[in-house]
Amino acid sequence: MSVAGELLLSGRELLQKWGRFTLFTARLLAVSPRALGRFRLVVAQVYNAGALSLVIIMLSGLFVGMVLGLQGYDLLRRFGSTEALGTAAALGLLRELGPVVTALLFAGRAGTALASEIGLMSATDQLSAMEMMAVDPVRRVCAPRFIGGVIAMPLLAAIFSTIGIFGAQLVGVTLMGVDSGQFWSQMRGSVELADVVEGIIKSIAFGFACSAIAVYEGYHAVPTAEGVGRATTRTVVTSSVAVLALDYTLTAMLL
Amino acid sequence: MTSVTHPVARAGTGPLAHLVDVAYAVGGRPVFDGLNISIARGSVTAIMGPSGTGKTTLLRLITGQIRPGRGRVEVAGEDLAALDTDGLYRLRRRMGMLFQNGALLTDLDVYENVAFPLREHTQLPECLIARTVLMKLQAVGLRGAARLMPAELSGGMSRRVALARAIVMDPEILIYDEPFAGLDPIALGVVLRLIRETNDALGLTSIVVSHDVHVIGQLADHTYLLSSGKVVAEGSPAELERDPAPVVHQFMAGEADGPVPFHYPAPDYAAQLLGAEVPA
Repeated sequence: MSVAGELLLSGRELLQKWGRFTLFTARLLAVSPRALGRFRLVVAQVYNAGALSLVIIMLSGLFVGMVLGLQGYDLLRRFGSTEALGTAAALGLLRELGPVVTALLFAGRAGTALASEIGLMSATDQLSAMEMMAVDPVRRVCAPRFIGGVIAMPLLAAIFSTIGIFGAQLVGVTLMGVDSGQFWSQMRGSVELADVVEGIIKSIAFGFACSAIAVYEGYHAVPTAEGVGRATTRTVVTSSVAVLALDYTLTAMLL
Repeated sequence: MTSVTHPVARAGTGPLAHLVDVAYAVGGRPVFDGLNISIARGSVTAIMGPSGTGKTTLLRLITGQIRPGRGRVEVAGEDLAALDTDGLYRLRRRMGMLFQNGALLTDLDVYENVAFPLREHTQLPECLIARTVLMKLQAVGLRGAARLMPAELSGGMSRRVALARAIVMDPEILIYDEPFAGLDPIALGVVLRLIRETNDALGLTSIVVSHDVHVIGQLADHTYLLSSGKVVAEGSPAELERDPAPVVHQFMAGEADGPVPFHYPAPDYAAQLLGAEVPA
């Protein structure tokens, strides 16, 4: 087959997959209100996707904040405006790094757990058993996990950004000697509600994308050990690309 | 073992499941072509056949998980082709299915697994759910294992829990996919007794897919033997034993070679060895 032919074929496959994903997401959204009625299931998934990701999110937030503090201090020192470090760190974390890095970590930790769990349920006939008990697995298994992810992501991003700001303060103020009052007052003066809202909008969008991709890949995994492994890998790769592409799109729309 | 037909089973007339001239293909390869099967109410009907003849596919057709390319599948008076998803789910509430590995939900304990259909489909108070679950677990001899997790159960216990879960909604039809595979003789005897007793005591209609000739001989009222996408023999297990057709004889006697060949189709053996060809 010629290169053009192969490109055409993979383009068609990509379109088909996108179509299947869109239909699946529409089905997820359609059954989500009923799944919300079983709030206990959603709470359990917020715990699985959110609370169990806390350690990695907090540690990463601290280190990202510390690096931001160090790099920011070095850069601002050249312009003699190290007092703006608080503003730079807060804006960077709230608008970009908080939502994006949290989403990438979420895809790696919670997304893979979701995809492999649902894939294994399929491989061990648990989803078929539900269908035979007249229980829709998309409503009972996928929707609570999807909603749990969408709720957990903004909370995790908020925690990431908060810890990150303290990390930047730790390096900037405690180690590099930036004035504490200036660090916090400049931040309070410059960071607006719109900046926080931008971060929240982004993290909800990333939570939606990462959770939908993880649930889709798990539900459609080939029911073998290799199939579940491939689905888990695809979850991380697709989610990461989706987060970065969505980030650019949303930034362009919100600026 | 005495077979007693339950009054409920006697109430209906005609077959409970009926497949007429069914054809089904996977990727262009025909699995069934002109399949006709009738499952009598109140009976234990066995579906047997060599591996790869589509026994599990047949169960998926009866449960509406897949649709035939041609022909009609009727279950409990409903034409499956005419049912939408809601209709199919309504019909499935009247069915129970036991998967080969039990298919228990691994994040729930035994009690919650059995209670699962009740919680999903009814608004029963907790005390009634508890009583129903304990009664079903008592029936399969596992009331004492109520708080064990599926990972702590043996293969035989998993299947007994799955049976308790399958009957918790008091279905009309129970479908078993290879219920005896991999069981030790004691567990096999227990599952065998439970299938028969459950069928007779609750007035169910049972469909059992298996290739264990000896066990089916003790259990089934009627047996269908499938081969090459068709029914090649039917009758009581004793009648099948006496059937002179070569394919039936090979299966019932467990002979390695015959109409169902030992060798998968391959190029000439000597030519391949001499040419030292690597199979493409």
